[in-house]
Amino acid sequence: MAIAGALIWAAVIGTLIYATRERRRVQSEHAAGLLILWGGAIIPALLLGLLLGYALWLMPDIRPWSAPGEPAGLRIEVEGEQFWWRVRYHPADGPPVDAANEIRLPVGERVEFTLTSSDVIHSFWIPVLGGKMDMIPGRTNRLTLRAAKTGTYRGPCTEFCGTSHALMAFSVVVMEPDAFRDWLADEARPSPGAGAPGGELFIANGCPACHTVRGTEATGAVGPDLSHVGSRETLAAGIMPVDVEAIASFISKPDAIKPGAQMPAFGMLPEADIAAIAAYLEGLK
Amino acid sequence: MRILPKEIETLWTLFTAPVVWALHFLVCYVGAAIYCAKQDAVDFGFGVVRAGIGAVTVAALAMIVLSAVLAWRQWGFGTYDPPHDDPTPHDRRRFQGFATLLLSGLSFIAVVYTAMAALMISGCFQ
Repeated sequence: MAIAGALIWAAVIGTLIYATRERRRVQSEHAAGLLILWGGAIIPALLLGLLLGYALWLMPDIRPWSAPGEPAGLRIEVEGEQFWWRVRYHPADGPPVDAANEIRLPVGERVEFTLTSSDVIHSFWIPVLGGKMDMIPGRTNRLTLRAAKTGTYRGPCTEFCGTSHALMAFSVVVMEPDAFRDWLADEARPSPGAGAPGGELFIANGCPACHTVRGTEATGAVGPDLSHVGSRETLAAGIMPVDVEAIASFISKPDAIKPGAQMPAFGMLPEADIAAIAAYLEGLK
Repeated sequence: MRILPKEIETLWTLFTAPVVWALHFLVCYVGAAIYCAKQDAVDFGFGVVRAGIGAVTVAALAMIVLSAVLAWRQWGFGTYDPPHDDPTPHDRRRFQGFATLLLSGLSFIAVVYTAMAALMISGCFQ
């Protein structure tokens, strides 16, 4: 595609230079007419036809379409919130699994995304994998993607959604199908760190009102699911590394890190408590 | 009111091909949309819709070619070169014929592009 574009560009610029050269001889009207007919009508129409054919040929694969009788594959529900992503995996053969701010995909498989929003319009985009799709409150948009190779990619929010719009992103980890299924099974279970020290502070300070940590009494659904937050690629929807220091600073002053975030600041807690909660969350692998 | 103009000097012939293009576009897209909305209520498959789009496309292209042939005749079969910009009935007719011919070409390509989607799309959104 890039080569074809370069050739067309070279042809157009070449014609431009030819047309503006110092005049040596005047073209006959017949020759000029032929140039316009071929260069201005027939060749562009053929090229556009080819491009359209190629794009249409690609289309069935990116549409949320499956042939009648084809078994349903993995569906991932993503809901845009100010300013994070609620993610729910719907495997074909099991109960849904909740997560947040990170999407994992099996390589080579078609995955259907159902996209919605709970507050304002967001837009879901994984540039490496395909086109963007808006997330509109009260509406479910569908998009199908197929990752061709493993790796870690990034997806930004691409519709202005408030003060922290630019701080709303997610990581995409494309894994081998078997590794993905193992990961999803682990994700559905409580983290081995769920009962570790620090958990009681997490509970006592009211965090469960908004957050879920599977295997504990924290079942809040207002904010991101934190069941395996320590194993994610990023913290706070794609803007910070997952380490104790970053988690502690986010607990202390979320609004300074992410203006407009709904989470209240917990900077009034003793520093030792914040550090203990941060260490606990970092241990939720 | 006559649908077919009696006068030769009328602008209606100029619009024939674009109108066919517009109608073809509407029939293809509205037809497919209605089928997909009502597919549970009818007992034929999407293949019939594609065949229908094919038939409508052939008919539309035939009408556009006919319009182009008539325009070519009005233009004088290419005997006179443009620009036809003298304020005479003769030049007015030639100009209209030439413009109609160009619009027919555009409409022909547009109808082909519209129909190409039906070659690739083999079913409704599911």
